[in-house]
Amino acid sequence: MEYEAVIGLEVHVQIKTESKMFARVGAGYGREPNTLTDPVVLGLPGTLPVMNKRAIDQIIKAGLMLGCEIAPVCKWDRKNYFYPDSPKNYQISQYDQPICIGGQLEIELPGSSRNVMGEHKFIELTRIHLEEDVGKLNHFENDSLVDYNRAGTPLMEIVSEPDMHSGDEAYAYLTALRQIMVQGGISDCDMEKGQLRCDANISIRPKGADMLGVKVELKNLNSISGVRNGIDFEIKRQIKVVQSGGQVIQETRRWDADAGAATPMRTKEMAHDYRYFPDPDLMPVRVDQDWLQRIRETIPELPFERQRRYFDEFDLPYTVTSVLVPDLKLSDFFEEAVKECGEPKAVANWIANDLLRDLSAAGTPIDDSKLRPEHIAGLVKLVKDGVISNNIAKDVFIDMFKSGDRPEDIVEKKGLKQSSDTGELTGICNEVIAANPKSVEDYKAGKENAINFLKGQVMKATRGKANPQVVDQVLRTELDKL
Amino acid sequence: MAESLYYRTAAELSRALESKELSSEEIVRSVIERTRAVDDKVSAFISFDEGDALERARASDRRRAEGKALGPLDGIPVGIKDVLAVEGQPLTCASRMLGKFVSPYDATAIARLKAAGAVPWGRLNMDEFAMGSSTENSSVKTTSNPWNTDCIPGGSSGGSAACVAAGEAPISLGSDTGGSIRQPAALCGVVGMKPTYGLVSRYGLVAFASSLDQIGPFAHTVEDAAILLQAVAGHDDRDSSSYRTDIPDYRKELSSRKGPWKLGIPKEYFGEGLDPEVARAIEAAIDFYRGEGCEIVDVSLPHTEHAVGVYYIIATAEASSNLARYDGVRYSHRSAEATDAIDLYFKSRAEGFGPEVKRRVILGTYVLSSGYYDAYYLKAQKVRTLIRRDFLQAYEKVDALLTPTTPSPAFRKGEKTDDPLQMYLSDIFTISANLAGIPGISIPCGFSESGLPIGLQILGQPFQEADLFAIARRFEQAHDYHTRHPSL
Repeated sequence: MEYEAVIGLEVHVQIKTESKMFARVGAGYGREPNTLTDPVVLGLPGTLPVMNKRAIDQIIKAGLMLGCEIAPVCKWDRKNYFYPDSPKNYQISQYDQPICIGGQLEIELPGSSRNVMGEHKFIELTRIHLEEDVGKLNHFENDSLVDYNRAGTPLMEIVSEPDMHSGDEAYAYLTALRQIMVQGGISDCDMEKGQLRCDANISIRPKGADMLGVKVELKNLNSISGVRNGIDFEIKRQIKVVQSGGQVIQETRRWDADAGAATPMRTKEMAHDYRYFPDPDLMPVRVDQDWLQRIRETIPELPFERQRRYFDEFDLPYTVTSVLVPDLKLSDFFEEAVKECGEPKAVANWIANDLLRDLSAAGTPIDDSKLRPEHIAGLVKLVKDGVISNNIAKDVFIDMFKSGDRPEDIVEKKGLKQSSDTGELTGICNEVIAANPKSVEDYKAGKENAINFLKGQVMKATRGKANPQVVDQVLRTELDKL
Repeated sequence: MAESLYYRTAAELSRALESKELSSEEIVRSVIERTRAVDDKVSAFISFDEGDALERARASDRRRAEGKALGPLDGIPVGIKDVLAVEGQPLTCASRMLGKFVSPYDATAIARLKAAGAVPWGRLNMDEFAMGSSTENSSVKTTSNPWNTDCIPGGSSGGSAACVAAGEAPISLGSDTGGSIRQPAALCGVVGMKPTYGLVSRYGLVAFASSLDQIGPFAHTVEDAAILLQAVAGHDDRDSSSYRTDIPDYRKELSSRKGPWKLGIPKEYFGEGLDPEVARAIEAAIDFYRGEGCEIVDVSLPHTEHAVGVYYIIATAEASSNLARYDGVRYSHRSAEATDAIDLYFKSRAEGFGPEVKRRVILGTYVLSSGYYDAYYLKAQKVRTLIRRDFLQAYEKVDALLTPTTPSPAFRKGEKTDDPLQMYLSDIFTISANLAGIPGISIPCGFSESGLPIGLQILGQPFQEADLFAIARRFEQAHDYHTRHPSL
């Protein structure tokens, strides 16, 4: 029998804010343990939570970008469980009235090759809610220590419908989600810093069946490729269990990326009773139309929408768009240059080939690049107007990247303007003709290729500054005279 | 000779400070001496910091000398229930669980008292985590009723009530979750008021039941209670449940609000179980208001009978979650016997909490459990709404309600400790106000034959504390119960 996997993802995304979800102390990563704490974060007796409005702005933005309905009223609940990383032994979360309801995420599956666009599909979302992150346990030989720096950081939980069927789809889902979160300025989504974390619910069923199978929750998927590998492993495991006459049991398993395998953590019987109830310390949140409108105005174009626009408006090839679109800054850079010179393809090529290569070689983020969009626009114009050749332009680019000087100034300063002066070129052409009688003979004998060699000699003599078309013309005229 | 210094009211002391008759240091010294003299008998204090109080008193005197006095409370000692965070002072909630905890921050109410120049004085005894009605649930000691030291002072703010009654502080702060200010005030013969939920910030008040807890004043007089409430009331952006509302000048309103008022008598508060002596005193108070031209109206609060049940579901549910943070991991009591993390939780909590706290945490955990939530917690919340509606409907007809504060005068120590239900019923008249979120005040309105105080409870409309004070003050001005003091 053929089996089909059904996968739903629960993705936790830390929201980028100055301060914590319910406390005034700063949020951040990589600080001395327990320095990003205050009486509220530590849950000291008598302290109370107060909402961070910026975090709510951010989750509304995420919800709007993902096509969710924003609940007019949402509320806060306490999720009660004991664990040392939780200062209050309850987590403030949203249980039955989340702020974002429904929604969908467009994903792109892998194409037949890197240069071919893959199939697009929409994955349905169940909900997105806001909660506070917990601290981090550090285990040592004889004891465990807790760092509460992370505790209280605003955390979104994005829950998808069981709407995916392979590790590849999950990979594509996370990639698309991360692009939106990063481009919306909602989160940096650095998985190494725990800013994006993913749990997967996986079940299998006979292909074509409607019923859902028994699900296994897979945790500790610490990288996007880990998500794909972990899910594929789990699907294979479940199929093997069923094919050998066994039954999948409902349980939570932990993925070990190094071992390339998952091990059981707890079964359904050990599941927590979280005793959710409305948090009496916090008031419900009402989001009115004005608030929604304010957020709507801050939303950037979605990556796939931008890609389609690049196809339609600029006629760019897929390969180039798939370099530009995932990076909002690069896209903005591109569009700014196009606005100045009106040559999208040339600009895109400069960015995709030369700029990215030099940025990565120099380890410079694009924000710090001395080379700005107007530099590329200027360079493209110089080539288009025949002032320099494409080859010279490559040199000018390298210079611009290093110095940040304007391309016009570099061309001027280094005397790189290409020559179209027929008088001057006629002399050089005649010298070349005189020095290469064999080629002249070949040309006269009808070997068209011979003129290319002569052209090359002229370009060499002018150190590349001669306009190749003019050289071609002059050479033919002079040769014909012989 | 004028009355002993330690029995003067805050208003009187304030005038004496203004006229330079007294210094704050003299006042604080008198309170320290009185505490040293009588607290062996009263046991109102868990601890006190004489050095800190005297230092603050001298700072107040310096301010006054420079003409920079901060207002009526500048230089006045205020007793503090050991449930309110004071920076650098122990905060134990009378629990072994917090036996070694020192607060690194001030509660908003304390910060406001300090900003008004008041001198926080001592850590006052209470039932552990404010759970109880007699202070017998304190892990430290049982406070005695100054009128009869064989009797309990009420609770949970028993220390706050007893210290005022015994002259160990002219005024004090307590907290009221189901009657924890009004009940001990009644039993100790002092004024005690629970403000409307949301009037005083709860930031720094160790939570028992978050949707019910309020901080409020104890005093000898209504005027003193008004002065103290004025200092701590008002919106605080550290407490999301604190309400944005204009706070009137309560002291001024005392004389400008003259009535006559329409006063409701809820029949459900005068049934079986009401001590005849208490009933007589309340009847007399009602007659007094009638004689003052107030219209007395019979009203009904039909859901009253469910109040105790609803209260012990909601309060314990919230408490089970609020007290989860005391787990032995960070600042709370940590068992020396624990072998692993789970064992640490079990043993630390088993050792750190007393029996009543355990009882309530277990009950609260149960009512929130999967499968029971709808039947208990959700239903209780619905009945709570009905209880609040009862009051709001009554307030369409009347300005305030008159009831007994407690079913009986102070009972004897140990009398109810083996019967939690009997203990819970001693709050039967005070609990509804917390569920409804409305303000209530208890004022002395008589004595039993055995010399124990009786309290009259006046319940008011939301955020109409000024009316409540004015109504209470009318009775106080015509009687001398508040001027009587126990002999210690």
